[in-house]
Amino acid sequence: MEISVKINGEEHRQEVEPRTLLVHFLRDQIGLTGTNIGCDTSSCGACTVHVNGESVKSCTMFAVQADGEEVLTIEGLASNGELHPMQEAFRQCHALQCGYCTPGMVMASVSLIQENPNPTEAEVREGLEGNLCRCTGYHNIVKAVMEVAK
Amino acid sequence: MIPAAFEYIRADSADAALAALAEHGDEAKLLAGGHSLIPLMRFRLARPEVIVDVGRVDDLKYINDAGDHLAIGALTRHSDVETSDLVKAEAPLLSAATSHVGDPQVRHRGTIGGSVAHGDPASDIPSVLLAFGATLIAQGPGGTREISVDDFFKGFLETDLAPDEILTEIRLPKAAGAGWSFQKFNRRAQDWAIVGVSALVQNGTAGIGLVNMDSTPVRAAAAEAAVASGASPAEAAESAAIGCEPTSDLNASVEYRQHLARVLTRRALEEATA
Repeated sequence: MEISVKINGEEHRQEVEPRTLLVHFLRDQIGLTGTNIGCDTSSCGACTVHVNGESVKSCTMFAVQADGEEVLTIEGLASNGELHPMQEAFRQCHALQCGYCTPGMVMASVSLIQENPNPTEAEVREGLEGNLCRCTGYHNIVKAVMEVAK
Repeated sequence: MIPAAFEYIRADSADAALAALAEHGDEAKLLAGGHSLIPLMRFRLARPEVIVDVGRVDDLKYINDAGDHLAIGALTRHSDVETSDLVKAEAPLLSAATSHVGDPQVRHRGTIGGSVAHGDPASDIPSVLLAFGATLIAQGPGGTREISVDDFFKGFLETDLAPDEILTEIRLPKAAGAGWSFQKFNRRAQDWAIVGVSALVQNGTAGIGLVNMDSTPVRAAAAEAAVASGASPAEAAESAAIGCEPTSDLNASVEYRQHLARVLTRRALEEATA
């Protein structure tokens, strides 16, 4: 069926199979490969994007469910060549090693701060429980989110 | 892991969903937030021919004060239940348990009705409904009917809902001033409970719902009876696993689950009566 999705501010009208998952739609049809596929089972959070401003796992949503909605991916976060404060904080705090979880981690962190602008460190750790990082031990990721919250 | 192909029908109202179910019967599955069904479809443990998407039926997204009970629309998302001031005031046990469902991304999509209608014994929310003695409202071709939560869960992933019915509302009797506690034991963040307990205590009686202690969500009926006859939390908790038939899996043996049910019920009753 044909769907129309606003992705990073741009309207996309595309034909999709109903079974197409949002993450495959974004990566394979739209060509936005910044959103990674990790576990494929809604556990790891690597595929986190925003739908209507809230974090979701794009591997656990059909593209048809995003019809008429607004999707924001990691590619849409920076504006006018300026990194989003969360991206900048991840960079400054060295909140990544291999980088695979980073797009999802940043998108989840931006959503977290929007819902809870002044979180405690414990709230950041709980708020990111849906995102797995196998390199960093989370320390610098939490530090980066707290940096933005300041 | 791509789901098998299916026909997609988007229902804009409960009536439209009922019409689609009437037409497609057993071949159709309702899709709400999709956080139980889509993973099953990806593993091809579920292969529905037809998906009826009720995610946009906005009439079933609400949390209302209905006098002696809270009325929650079946399509209300976990994140909206978790952050609702009304739920925090009137049913803090539901608010607390909901904050343990999955993770924030899951709660942004998953719905209370979807979780309950899925009938998973490992799910947190049914235990809360058991503790409250909730009533479920189903709509079918012949109109609406009320189902007591005690009659709702029929078997593993099976509920009393007929193939041509949809769950529309969850009613929680108000329990102002009741003591409550939600206990969830797991080994990793975001995992399903190995065992969980919801307890609601008022006027010397307790409602105790168990997570993952049988093929359906179940009550700790013997422990409830013990509380009603004056037993202390520690004494009552000793009977928490009586009558339950939990399974053994990678995470826990039957004996360990029974042990956890006793320990977590004691903690829940102690916290609820503190």
